[in-house]
Amino acid sequence: MGTMFARGLKRKSAEDGEDVEGGLAGTQATPSYSLQRQSLLDMSLVKLQLCHMLVEPNLCRSVLIANTVRQIQEEMTQDGTWRVVAPQAAGRAPLDRLVSTEILCRSVREQEGERPAPDVGDGRMPGLVPGLSAVPSAQALRSPQSSLWEVDSSRENRGGFQKSLDQIFETLESKTPGSVEELFSDVDSSYYDLDAVLTGMVGSTQSGHGSGLQAFTSAATPPPGSSCRSDLGELDHAVEILVET
Amino acid sequence: MLLSLPALHLQTSEYHPLFQLPHGRRGPWCSPSGSPAPLSSETGCGEGSWILVCRLLVPTQVSLLSMEEDIDTRKINNSFLRDHSYATEADIISTVEFNHTGELLATGDKGGRVVIFQREQESKNQVHRRGEYNVYSTFQSHEPEFDYLKSLEIEEKINKIRWLPQQNAAYFLLSTNDKTVKLWKVSERDKRPEGYNLKDEEGRLRDPATITTLRVPVLRPMDLMVEATPRRVFANAHTYHINSISVNSDYETYMSADDLRINLWNFEITNQSFNIVDIKPANMEELTEVITAAEFHPHHCNSFVYSSSKGTIRLCDMRASALCDRHSKFFEEPEDPSNRSFFSEIISSISDVKFSHSGRYIMTRDYLTVKVWDLNMENRPIETYQVHDYLRSKLCSLYENDCIFDKFECVWNGSDSVIMTGSYNNFFRMFDRNTKRDVTLEASRENSKPRAILKPRKVCVGGKRRKDEISVDSLDFSKKILHTAWHPSENIIAVAATNNLYIFQDKVN
Repeated sequence: MGTMFARGLKRKSAEDGEDVEGGLAGTQATPSYSLQRQSLLDMSLVKLQLCHMLVEPNLCRSVLIANTVRQIQEEMTQDGTWRVVAPQAAGRAPLDRLVSTEILCRSVREQEGERPAPDVGDGRMPGLVPGLSAVPSAQALRSPQSSLWEVDSSRENRGGFQKSLDQIFETLESKTPGSVEELFSDVDSSYYDLDAVLTGMVGSTQSGHGSGLQAFTSAATPPPGSSCRSDLGELDHAVEILVET
Repeated sequence: MLLSLPALHLQTSEYHPLFQLPHGRRGPWCSPSGSPAPLSSETGCGEGSWILVCRLLVPTQVSLLSMEEDIDTRKINNSFLRDHSYATEADIISTVEFNHTGELLATGDKGGRVVIFQREQESKNQVHRRGEYNVYSTFQSHEPEFDYLKSLEIEEKINKIRWLPQQNAAYFLLSTNDKTVKLWKVSERDKRPEGYNLKDEEGRLRDPATITTLRVPVLRPMDLMVEATPRRVFANAHTYHINSISVNSDYETYMSADDLRINLWNFEITNQSFNIVDIKPANMEELTEVITAAEFHPHHCNSFVYSSSKGTIRLCDMRASALCDRHSKFFEEPEDPSNRSFFSEIISSISDVKFSHSGRYIMTRDYLTVKVWDLNMENRPIETYQVHDYLRSKLCSLYENDCIFDKFECVWNGSDSVIMTGSYNNFFRMFDRNTKRDVTLEASRENSKPRAILKPRKVCVGGKRRKDEISVDSLDFSKKILHTAWHPSENIIAVAATNNLYIFQDKVN
């Protein structure tokens, strides 16, 4: 891995006028740069997933990794290699499609389509829903929001990376308790956090169920529906009951 | 490399013990008073060097031994120099701090214990033993906790220890884990009352019918016992993990900083604290920066600094407003465009910030460098020192194995002329600000015999490796020196390497 980035991975800023021609073309054109960048993105996303389930993960580290992912996505968006599939995303400016930090840090739990509603945050910096795993640019990229809910459809496309992700998910899943208790134990504890209540974040986020203030809050747009919506509604409802009492 | 010694503690009539230099010899590096023998550590020859004074281990059993009251804790000294094989992860030292006189040295570990070492007193019989530190007290400061609401453990690891200046016979220190700060009082007891009327020697109540005389208890000497008692517990004020604590120069308040907030406490009040900095965004989605370290100004009780994960430092004045979200000064170095990479932000994240003793400068540590800033100049540091620039080409690997997130600390010497910080492979580095020379030393069992002079180390970057050099690829990244401390007035340093505490001193002493 050490040889992969000879002297750190350089990228050109768009404002760097005189260098853009040669630089951007040069860096973009090399497939190795794209591959390197992609693998850095993959690595970063895996890092965000591999959180310690017992101890609260390091917020500084998570923020730094998330910022790195954002940087890569910004650049990929400018390069045009970050393609979005979902139709509702078509009209938006590229920046809107940037994955928000909260989505990057969603908890890993609903694989295999068992529980399509990803739990949004248990006060930790949780991992990533499989759908958001860094699909190589050659394949279809979903919008961040839709990817949350599409758990299994293009699993077959992901190849080797997904395989290792699956292993991670299996080990994580084996630690989680039964589903009903899980519903509440993994509910974001910020529901009980005075901060969350006071700032009105509880139950009001677009993702349908309140997100953690410990985790990052949800993305800008509501998720496209499907079967998860009813589950989300239930969770939201349950949470509202908890908060009101 | 020649380091100027402070003018204290040196007698001009002293010969250098190793090289028999004539006294009174002066070079351009001598302090104006003519104190001889500055330090040199390039090849071990020259007028001064660092030697290992002692290596201390903190085996798990020590804390059990010290609980028994009839054991003189000083007897445990001898056990430290033996090689213990049961060092566990709980023994990993997580913080090191000298007190204000340098007489005491405190360490905290991952297991929540605090071990305090005391300097051996100078005696005529054993002059050479001066400078050694022996165990003075050991206690369990923090216990692991479980946050039931979040289903998360709260680690007992001691993140920071800070001493209070001594005001009476007892010693006071603050120790903190991720969530709770505690004030500990460490005091000696060397007398005990004997001859109670109502109790017998074991403390049991006597049968009143047997009491026929009246007597007053008398204080009799006993074996020295050092006890540590928690005097204050400052809890439930931090949602995020505490990374720094700092005692104010008014000695009445202190601050504790977590990732997003800084709180100001009064030592006497444990159920309230003032929030003086809050960088938590209303929408957590916008969070891109966290607080990484904070410290009060050494003389101005209204000023403090805090550093961020984006490589910036803010100086705040508490007189300006109750909530110091707006800084008085903002220190940031413009980015070097030629070095830009995806890792630029991560390696610019500041892991430690320290005021100089004079209060005029601040020193910051980021992943690859140490920087000294003048408080009067915000746009760039006045000095930058490369700690291990050979790692710049390895950033991707270091990102992969998470080493890029290691938080190294940095320290000033007593006269603010030398700065020190750690690196990998048990290396640590010293930079002389005056002569601009630097040295790399190693804290490891294999290379250090007691009283032997430390040999400077060198990392070979490319090409031919000379005999004593080590190549970058051979570095052991699991052996990292994150925590070091420098005696406030003498050239004695403490270096924590995993579960070992090394104490080095300048040989001239």
